Amino acid sequence: MRHATSRRIGPIGFRIGSDWRAPVALLDALYADYPVPTVADATVRLTATRPWRRRVRPAIALGGDLMLPDAAPLPLEHGLLAAEMAMNLQVALGHRRHLLLHAAAAERDGRCVILTGESGAGKSTLSALLMAAGWRFLGDEFVLIDLASGMARPFPRLVSLKNESVAELARRMPGARFGPVLQGTPKGTIRHLVPDARAVAAMDVPATPALLLFPRFGAARAVRRVDEGEAFVRLTQASTNYALLGEAGFDALTRLVTRVPARAIDYADSDEGVTLVEDLWCAL
Amino acid sequence: MLRGPGEAAFVLRPLGALTALYHRPSATTHLLAPPAPEILRALAGGEMTEAALLAALARDYDLADPDPAALAARVEELVAAGLVERA
Repeated sequence: MRHATSRRIGPIGFRIGSDWRAPVALLDALYADYPVPTVADATVRLTATRPWRRRVRPAIALGGDLMLPDAAPLPLEHGLLAAEMAMNLQVALGHRRHLLLHAAAAERDGRCVILTGESGAGKSTLSALLMAAGWRFLGDEFVLIDLASGMARPFPRLVSLKNESVAELARRMPGARFGPVLQGTPKGTIRHLVPDARAVAAMDVPATPALLLFPRFGAARAVRRVDEGEAFVRLTQASTNYALLGEAGFDALTRLVTRVPARAIDYADSDEGVTLVEDLWCAL
Repeated sequence: MLRGPGEAAFVLRPLGALTALYHRPSATTHLLAPPAPEILRALAGGEMTEAALLAALARDYDLADPDPAALAARVEELVAAGLVERA
């Protein structure tokens, strides 16, 4: 590749190559405090969809060790998003060392809350707000459950803020570092937030899962107990590698849902969401 | 005759009112409601007829009013899921 960089995020080392300098330069700037891996577990390639598309209306094809044949190309101005999507794709399709949950997580006193739900449920925003409130940010995309210990391994990649959250977090975290505002992406306006120094420094320190939440943004405040069977089903759906892990995944997931209380929470706005998480945490 | 997976072929984990089952030969997960786990436990010891299965369940789980039709329906569900075979 013409341009390349390497970074380790939690236990996963990435090598990212690109036909263009700009996405790699942005990654180097935003991931400046992350270590360079000794071994790259996953390779990401940002290549032109056709040779001439490197210069003429540049369009990025997402590639790497593993690919989705129908992944739509992105314009070069969305290069950072393309890199993040391609990194996530490699993890979702290729990672086998942990049970992967599509979830956000934050730690306090060695224990963590795991927030899982569909895109738009508020995982990224809530986890960023918890970080702003003093929690240690563990990740906003994947929580990695150790198959032997059941501990949650951090994967503190850039926080992907969308639409209304972009302005809200910029207002609430004036000292934080952000990537460029990316408008007109398939998910609307996106801006990446760099996790704080504490999250990066402690990214090899796991946490014990203590609370499992299924948030839903935009509804009146409500809390509902989620029983073990429902939590199990919802988490099999939230995991990209549960079926691939076989019995090890079954053991890890059944242990998680039998040991960790689960709640579905509805919240109307961000303040209410953070208050709900804090209230439920204090009630443990 | 009904034939279920042997004891070494599956793992059961109670999850509240339901039970998660991992079936090793097929590497699949099933979420079961009573009396499906009890049927599989009873069949793990060896083949038996539906009448013998009903008697075993009535004895082991203190069923007040064993219903052969209801049991047959649950067995049929396990057959459809590939967990029990009719020998």
